[in-house]
Amino acid sequence: MAEVAGELLTTADGRPLKAALQAAQARARRRAFLLVLPLLLFVLLTFLVPIGYMLKRSFEHDGFASSAPALVAWFAENPDFDPANPPEEAFAALVSDLARMQVEKTTGVAGTRINYSVPGTISLFKGGARVAADLQPPYKEALLAVDPAWGRPALWRGMESASHVYTPEFYLVASDHKLTDAGWARGAENERIYLYLFGKTFLVSALITLICLALAFPVAHLLATLPLAKSSLLMILVLLPFWTSLLVRTTSWIVLLQEQGVVNNVLVALGLIDNSGRLAMMYNMTGTVVAMTHVLLPFMILPLYSVMRVIPPSYARAARSLGATSWTTFRRVYLPQTLPGIAAGSLLVFILAVGYYITPALVGGADGQLISNLIAFHMSKSNWSLAAAIAAMLLVSILLLYWLYDRLIGIDRLKFG
Amino acid sequence: MKKTLILSTALAGFAFAAQADVTVMSWGGAYGEAQNEAHVKPWSAATGHAAIMVDSDNPAPAIKAMVEAGNVTVDVASVEYADAIRLCDEGILEPIDAASLPPAPDGTPATEDFLPGAITECGVSTDIWSNVFAYDTTKFPEGPKTAADFFDLEKFPGKRGLRKGAKAVLEFALLGDGVPAAEVYDLLRTPEGVDRAFAKLDTIKSQVVWWEAGSQAPQLLADGEVAMTTAYNGRIFAAVVNEGKPFQIVWDGQIYENEMYVVPKGAPNKDLAMDFIRYATSTEGLRAQAQHISYGPARRSSMKEELIFKDGKTVMAPHLPTAPENMGNALETSADFWVDYDAELNERFQAWLTR
Repeated sequence: MAEVAGELLTTADGRPLKAALQAAQARARRRAFLLVLPLLLFVLLTFLVPIGYMLKRSFEHDGFASSAPALVAWFAENPDFDPANPPEEAFAALVSDLARMQVEKTTGVAGTRINYSVPGTISLFKGGARVAADLQPPYKEALLAVDPAWGRPALWRGMESASHVYTPEFYLVASDHKLTDAGWARGAENERIYLYLFGKTFLVSALITLICLALAFPVAHLLATLPLAKSSLLMILVLLPFWTSLLVRTTSWIVLLQEQGVVNNVLVALGLIDNSGRLAMMYNMTGTVVAMTHVLLPFMILPLYSVMRVIPPSYARAARSLGATSWTTFRRVYLPQTLPGIAAGSLLVFILAVGYYITPALVGGADGQLISNLIAFHMSKSNWSLAAAIAAMLLVSILLLYWLYDRLIGIDRLKFG
Repeated sequence: MKKTLILSTALAGFAFAAQADVTVMSWGGAYGEAQNEAHVKPWSAATGHAAIMVDSDNPAPAIKAMVEAGNVTVDVASVEYADAIRLCDEGILEPIDAASLPPAPDGTPATEDFLPGAITECGVSTDIWSNVFAYDTTKFPEGPKTAADFFDLEKFPGKRGLRKGAKAVLEFALLGDGVPAAEVYDLLRTPEGVDRAFAKLDTIKSQVVWWEAGSQAPQLLADGEVAMTTAYNGRIFAAVVNEGKPFQIVWDGQIYENEMYVVPKGAPNKDLAMDFIRYATSTEGLRAQAQHISYGPARRSSMKEELIFKDGKTVMAPHLPTAPENMGNALETSADFWVDYDAELNERFQAWLTR
């Protein structure tokens, strides 16, 4: 043995066997890597980079910082200034920045940035910038004479906060905080919206997941146990809506459920409800839940079906022959075996529902809106940083849920088929 | 979802970039059609340059995204008045030289021919459109007459359609509460005024169906889903004239504003874009658009001869927001106000809506 160990094993052409093996393995690894490289690049470019950019955006806004250099420098030197009574130097810096904004045409960018936390500042900046070049010292009195709003503590706090390119401000706004003269504080009861909608979105998504599960379980079972000819037909019925455009399906629900719609007309014709007592099933939460449940149902049926199909019927028969009631058989034997499918379907439906946008926008009316509708709203209002902050909060909460799910149920128990 | 939104906004119109000399972005529907027929096609025929029209739900955020991403594919966009001012302040738009705009046929310079406010630093008005409310005459033979009637559920029972958003809704609530048009914006600048507007909306909140796209309003009315609805006046006009719907516009409490042609900074064909705007906002250009949709031209000279709709018989004058008989109790949207308070009031509106 000792002689063999001392002697190097070589291949036929004299290279050490170990090195040859390593080279061969490295080649195989390189080939495998090259094969997955397109997908890797695709994921990187279309998924990770935009998400990273979004996260960056939720902290970053240089609209004010880049257009008011004098004030940014002053804030950096005087971090402990009194917002209620800023000194003359601060106003001098502000006036020189305003004059500069007028020349460089950046009034709107700077004003918009401050306006996010202090409403009414865009026209304040415009008015100030227009006259800034003609103002004479002392600047404080001069500017306050133009508009007393320049003395508002909230404005100075807002400018100080905006003088940093990176700021947690958008996350404060996204958790229902407002900038007041005394600093950041929770908004008034009738102004809080984001956290409420977060909670609502998660509750509604959970409700939709439960309804989907209750509806999908029997269907999937039927699909898995019927003879092939019948189950294929049933499968087509499940898949047909799945293949139909989301918009078409949502609009069809509007036709069915609206006040003058098919369902109400039938109920009135049957005399079940009065013509004046037509049910409001559209443009509210009911409409959102019904339409979203329908749209998401296949995502529950398909994983359930793929799991149920491979459960041998002999287990249930064995349980019955050993004296179990049909309920016990279902509960103790059949149900546990379907758990991976339930887990996969629920996770899929829940995560899709949390990010749903188009269906609530079309059928949700006033109270059927979800958090993604607000993200879209801020996108359309060009407040991208706030939209990004809300989206990031949504992303993080889903990741948290996923982690929780992994701890409680285990990701390895997922089974999509 | 989040990122596709950013991307799709930034890339909107991307595919059309290479084909046309001038790409015009507008709102689609009957409105985009009118601008296409009245401006884009004739300009293309007159100059020999290729021009195309692309649609957007709202061109303003789209061009802002393009300019910020440094990939501008649109040469001319049609945006709301407040957006034309805000984007101009933000440096997103090219300034337009008002002196270069063509004079009226009688030689009146453009700056005097246009109505006040219709030319801004970066935009030229393409028309004046209005938020009005309309009802179905078969439902109410003795229909509502005033903005206050819109909020009167006892006299006129039934659902109401309203545009989902703070703009034009808060003003309309105050007008419906009896506030004179001249005082609406002063009142809305105070917290009490905003509370009063929301309190008025509270009185009909349970009966409101909210719409977002301009085409939804006449649809809700046609389906019988609402008894009356606010709408863009041109959409109701189109439903009446083109489809014979029994709708009646109530002009009391109308809220009107200019729609502006603008050129985004870095437009691929800036000079041609300016030429297009000069052509489209000439006396004849504005006239031509008003023959396709019932929005008023912003030039006095465009109204000199009687305007007839493209069907050859409908006289446009009484259908325009600018007709004297429609201006009895009318409010011009304050761009200054909405530039400042858009973000705050819309947030409040969303909070109010979801509670």
